[in-house]
Amino acid sequence: MAWETVIGLEVHVELATKSKIFCSCTTEFGGEPNTHVCPVCSGLPGVLPTLNESVVEFAVKTGLATNCEITRFNKFDRKNYFYPDLPKAYQVSQLYLPICRNGHVDIEVNGTKKSIGIHEIHMEEDAGKLVHDPWEDSTLVDYNRCGVPLLEIVSEPDFRNADEVIAYLEKLRETLIYLGVSDCKMQEGSMRADVNLSVRPVGQTEFGTRTEMKNINSFKAISRAIVYEAKRQIEQIEMGKKVLQETRRWDENKDATYAMRSKENAQDYRYFPEPDLLPIEISEEWIERAKAEMPETAAQKRERYVKELGLTEYDARVLTAERALALLFESASDICKEPKEVCNLITGELMRLISESGTSADRIDIDPEKMARIITLTVKGRINRNAEKEVFEALFRENIEPEQYIKEKGLMMLEDDDLVNDTVDRVLSENPKSVEDFKNGKEKAFGFLVGQTMRALKGKANPQTVNKILREKLGSM
Amino acid sequence: MNLMEIFGMTALEIGKMIKERKISSPEVTRAYIEQIEKKDPQLNSFVSVCVDEAVKKAEEVQSRLDSGEELSALAGVPAAIKDNICTKDINTTCSSKMLESFKPPYNACVMERLEAAGAVILGKTNMDEFAMGGSTETSYFGPTKNPFDRERVPGGSSGGSAAAVAAGLAPYALGSDTGGSIRQPCSFCGVSGIKPTYGGVSRYGLVAFASSLDQIGPIGKDIKDCAEVLSVISGHDGRDSTSVRNAEYDFSDSFNEGIKGLKIGIPTNYYGEGLDPEVREAVLAAAETLKTLGAELYEFEMPIIEYAVPAYYIVACAEAGSNLSRYDGIKYGYRSDKGESLYDVFCNSRSEGFGMEVKRRIMLGSFVLSSGYYDAYYKKGLQTRRLIKDSFNSAFEKCDMILSPVAPTTAFRLGENVSDPLKMYLGDIYTVSVNLAGIPAVSVPCGFDGKGLPIGMQLIGQTFSEAKLVKAAFNYQMNTDHHKRAYEIMKGGVL
Repeated sequence: MAWETVIGLEVHVELATKSKIFCSCTTEFGGEPNTHVCPVCSGLPGVLPTLNESVVEFAVKTGLATNCEITRFNKFDRKNYFYPDLPKAYQVSQLYLPICRNGHVDIEVNGTKKSIGIHEIHMEEDAGKLVHDPWEDSTLVDYNRCGVPLLEIVSEPDFRNADEVIAYLEKLRETLIYLGVSDCKMQEGSMRADVNLSVRPVGQTEFGTRTEMKNINSFKAISRAIVYEAKRQIEQIEMGKKVLQETRRWDENKDATYAMRSKENAQDYRYFPEPDLLPIEISEEWIERAKAEMPETAAQKRERYVKELGLTEYDARVLTAERALALLFESASDICKEPKEVCNLITGELMRLISESGTSADRIDIDPEKMARIITLTVKGRINRNAEKEVFEALFRENIEPEQYIKEKGLMMLEDDDLVNDTVDRVLSENPKSVEDFKNGKEKAFGFLVGQTMRALKGKANPQTVNKILREKLGSM
Repeated sequence: MNLMEIFGMTALEIGKMIKERKISSPEVTRAYIEQIEKKDPQLNSFVSVCVDEAVKKAEEVQSRLDSGEELSALAGVPAAIKDNICTKDINTTCSSKMLESFKPPYNACVMERLEAAGAVILGKTNMDEFAMGGSTETSYFGPTKNPFDRERVPGGSSGGSAAAVAAGLAPYALGSDTGGSIRQPCSFCGVSGIKPTYGGVSRYGLVAFASSLDQIGPIGKDIKDCAEVLSVISGHDGRDSTSVRNAEYDFSDSFNEGIKGLKIGIPTNYYGEGLDPEVREAVLAAAETLKTLGAELYEFEMPIIEYAVPAYYIVACAEAGSNLSRYDGIKYGYRSDKGESLYDVFCNSRSEGFGMEVKRRIMLGSFVLSSGYYDAYYKKGLQTRRLIKDSFNSAFEKCDMILSPVAPTTAFRLGENVSDPLKMYLGDIYTVSVNLAGIPAVSVPCGFDGKGLPIGMQLIGQTFSEAKLVKAAFNYQMNTDHHKRAYEIMKGGVL
């Protein structure tokens, strides 16, 4: 029998707001355990939440970017359950009135376009982290992450295979990063996906019984988990067994999923409206403002780079693969007005340096102003291409001052025509054979004489100047 | 002067004497601490007394006053604080084993405001555990006794605060009112109190019982003291999203205007079955007094009020169940040392750390929110709440305020209602609807029953009509002496 896999995703992204959703603690990743906490996010008796409005703003922008309807009258609800990483024993979330509904994200897989429905997007707070200490055989709690704002993006069950899921996640990631609402780092947990999956015979309209796989932490693992789980379910059914509705965990090392809890043990979260927060009304003006502030998407940037700046499709794609690269490209180009030069330096030198140094492109910290200065010096012929690479590498590694570095290293081109004159004279007198060859029509000899002159000047002369002087002198000989 | 006299004085009278250098804040503070040490063992109105901190604070305030600093009318006057209001580095127990040794690392908003006004904190007062109860008998630290008759309860849940003010162990106190917890103990102890409009006083630092109903408010010997304290602790606070902006109280006219033409509604169905005849008589007599002062009485029927108690217990318990979930033995508070698993730690800590009444309400709350029951209970509770708000609103189209009893009876005997929660809950019949509607009410003494126990009345008004309610209560107190008799009567007893 032919089987069809049906997949829906619940994606959690941590928002890149400066402070947490209900207090002023930092949202910065890491930090010593329990240092980014206050009475509010650690749930002490008597404290109250106050909503960080940028969370709403980010949610609205995300909704607009994913073609959702924005809910005008929003409320928060409490989701009650006991777990040590949840200090209040309830998570403030949105059940009844999620902020965004009925959207879609368009993807393309192997040339085929498809629209994936967004069921809803809601705002909520993250929980802390449990850290197991094998030495003491105890579990410790770190509340730093408690209260970091999250968006949960719930798709419709529109995926039919892992490729579609990955294409969607990549599109979503790119969209959110370009919106500036999240850095979407799966390794740091700022993007996490739960996969709901069921199988059914091809042609059947009803869904099969689904399982949920939680918190798989890379695109590769998601892809493998989907393939494994679909196969497992099909085998179950073909063996005459039933698929149980349950939550399963993907085990990266064993390349398999295993059951965590079944539906019978499902929690009753006893949701009810959060009485400590007032409803949020989102006005038409608010939405208009968010629309006006919507930054360019990656796709829009690519189109502009090709059409307006004359870059190749390939280069445009490389530049927009990371928002940080695109931003660097735009800022540096704005200053030096040499987009192609900036592009070449990024796609060539910078990509090489990034891969050599083992950092990731979103962590680069290059001053676009300094980069623009280096390019201007190169274009004006004040330094040569090799010097440009050397100075740029020093900028990448040590954030040097370009002009000072060029001076210290003696990379500046000579502007002293007298010195070039003298050197050319010396080279001509030292190489009579080549002069002779040139006069006999051997153009190759000219190249040799240029090379000798450049070598004598340690490469610091402008080759055009050397060419010009050399030709003049040879012509009058 | 005879130092003993200060125990019968109002907070404003003491504040005036301090200001006029007739007595110093440390003198007053030491006198009160001595009095508490001497008398409170018979009442158990305090959970903790901050002897050193209080004297130190009094000295500090005194030196600020001596250096000419202008502080509030309450500067240097000692106060007692209900033990569910967070006080930095001072135990805040909610009268529960669960928080027996909990020291908050921060001050409640009201504590910051009292501090800025130069208040001196004597200690933390006893209460029903997590404010759940109407008799202060559910306290882990034992019941507080009614100063008028130590065989009887002081009311609750702010029983410790009301008893302490009545017995002259504190010039004034803070309480909290979720379903009558300020007004009913005031009624049982013959003192005055205000349950402010929801959002009038910041809840930041009030250990939550039912978030949409809780309000902190003052308890004093008379309504003028209460108004003074309320103006200090009220006002917008950015840390409480439900705190209302631009709604400052202005009591300047409350004490120099009469009440001629004031329309006072008498909801006739409040005076029917279940109300003790002596209480009815006293409250209706108060209505007549107000009439002779120029008020107009307007009789009407208050609809759907019979659903207030069930709606209240659904909403309050649902919120309480969620609010009290954080006490799991993991981060602070009581942790059981029995059990092997995480689940055991949760269960045993909560089973051993909470008392009967708290557990009962957590179970009720969990039940009404459970899947399959939400619509039948919680949702109905919210709908009823809306209807109650509406019926108050339409009543206030016809009158300025409503006069009603505070409780159906005077103080009952210790142990009398403990085993009958339903009876206990029905005692809240006149108070809970005010919290459901989010409106203000004042509770003032209006007489005594045959056993010599105080009777209270309440005046209920529209949101942020506290100044009007205070004006009516003040006019009443200027023409009656029920609020003064408490102290006189007690001189022969506890004092």
